[in-house]
Amino acid sequence: MNRARTTRAAAILLGPFFVLFTLAMVVPIGYAVWLSLFTEKQSGLGFGGTETVFSGLDNYAAALGDRAFREGFGVLLGYCLFYIPLLLIGALALALLLDSTLARARRFFQLALFLPHAVPGIIAALIWVYLYTPQLSPVISAMESGGIGFDFFSPEGALPSVVNIALWEWLGYNMVIFYAALQAIDRSVLEAATVDGAGAWRIALSIKVPLIRASVVMVALFTVIGSLQLFTEPLILNKGTGSAVSSTWTPNMYAYTAAFERNDYGLAAAASILLALTAALLSFVVTRFTGRKGRKA
Amino acid sequence: MSRTAVNGFLVLAVVYMLFPLVWLVTAATKDTGGLLAGNAFSFDGFNLGENLSNLASYGDGIYFRWYLNSLFYAGGGAVVCSLICVAAGYAFDKYEFRGKEKLFGLVLMGVLVPTTALALPMYLLASRTGLVNTYWSVLIPVLVNPFGVYLARVFSTGYIPNEALEAARIDGASELRVFWSIGLRMVMPGFVTVFLFQFTAIWNNFFLPLVMLSDRKLFPLSLGLYSWNTNTHGEPSFYPLVVTGSLLAVIPLIVAFVSLQRHWKAGLTAGSVK
Repeated sequence: MNRARTTRAAAILLGPFFVLFTLAMVVPIGYAVWLSLFTEKQSGLGFGGTETVFSGLDNYAAALGDRAFREGFGVLLGYCLFYIPLLLIGALALALLLDSTLARARRFFQLALFLPHAVPGIIAALIWVYLYTPQLSPVISAMESGGIGFDFFSPEGALPSVVNIALWEWLGYNMVIFYAALQAIDRSVLEAATVDGAGAWRIALSIKVPLIRASVVMVALFTVIGSLQLFTEPLILNKGTGSAVSSTWTPNMYAYTAAFERNDYGLAAAASILLALTAALLSFVVTRFTGRKGRKA
Repeated sequence: MSRTAVNGFLVLAVVYMLFPLVWLVTAATKDTGGLLAGNAFSFDGFNLGENLSNLASYGDGIYFRWYLNSLFYAGGGAVVCSLICVAAGYAFDKYEFRGKEKLFGLVLMGVLVPTTALALPMYLLASRTGLVNTYWSVLIPVLVNPFGVYLARVFSTGYIPNEALEAARIDGASELRVFWSIGLRMVMPGFVTVFLFQFTAIWNNFFLPLVMLSDRKLFPLSLGLYSWNTNTHGEPSFYPLVVTGSLLAVIPLIVAFVSLQRHWKAGLTAGSVK
């Protein structure tokens, strides 16, 4: 193959992707940075409409100075600390259980556990909010007849309510990823451990889990990035009656409210950029922390 | 742990995963009063036919308009997106060119960008170019899927042997011809996988349409059901519409995932092993 020929073919095949990548990712990021540096000012006495003036990092200062925005990050932190360990441990436990069960049952369990992922996030949120609503929910009445009262819309209930919806959506999906990685483990390693007298628990915790470390890191990374964007589920809770979830409960909701209710695009852009920077920083931390030892896979 | 205990735990997990879906099915057969009685795990007061006809007639049948919109956004968007991803993944796998791995690194960085942070600037760009509140405004952004390119590269390595391409080249086929009639055909299972995940992602997309669209006639299902849900406080008769509408909206994806099991498992395996 001559070089010009392959370079041309590669350019044609890669062209559409990179054109769209530029239009739908690079340009919006650049534009968001640009927007975040300007602010709309009422000109004169407020008669002549508005004018856009350069304001440096003022929008960033305004976002960071706003208690609602900082509280949004507090909520995210609480959400991550609550949700991510539950998700990782739950999905790992289910994958290990599935790995040790009968082959015939595996197909069924895998499909049944994965199915919630086929439900759009907005519909999952709607279903669960209805299941949280006392007049609609058979679950609440069952819990009450069992003597358990829990108000999913109370301030203390907000975080568990959202975490439960997210777990329902993502547990099976990540379980399948872990299970696929477990299936790829060389069976002779496991047989050797059995011959050496290791029990099922020991094999699961000291052989299987370390061997699928790369998958665990990958799932953790995607989950962190997904968690930072938390929006749909709390929005539905916010629209529900008497929920403690405010319209600026997460940073993404804050940015949305700033843009579409207060029409403050500069502030909204600054909030989005701060969120994206947090995502970049956390991705870096997760890959760095785990990259060294995980590299050999 | 005994086999019974293992299966017991798994059955419990399955119950947790499936009971909301069972509730959705039984709840869709209730009228407003039956729903508000809160005892929805039964088929008492079977009212599904009535609910479906209300769904079809409300607002001049706007629901099925949303359904068609979703099929159009998800079907059209996913076909084009998968083709773009597979072409790019194939190029990354089969060709050597300067700066290749740097460019691929850029794609991988794209995987990590929180897409909701892009929705607002995209909205403002779309309103400047007059694209806001059109089909294009929700269609163009979903044609880009960096993770799809990554998957396509993995699939291209796995499914397309270089010898097959060499043979076609010796026969005098041009590079694009080789891709179109040999590469694309051989990587078809991978194409279906990328398509399935992208179809699901677009069908489930909510944030982008929420930001971009104000004309109800352009709404996808997700946004339409959301707008109905916001009416339920004042007007509880919207509950059966939302519940029945949600059930119908979930069915195509459940059917796709049940019938294409091999493909989503392949996708999640390819994503996990590297």
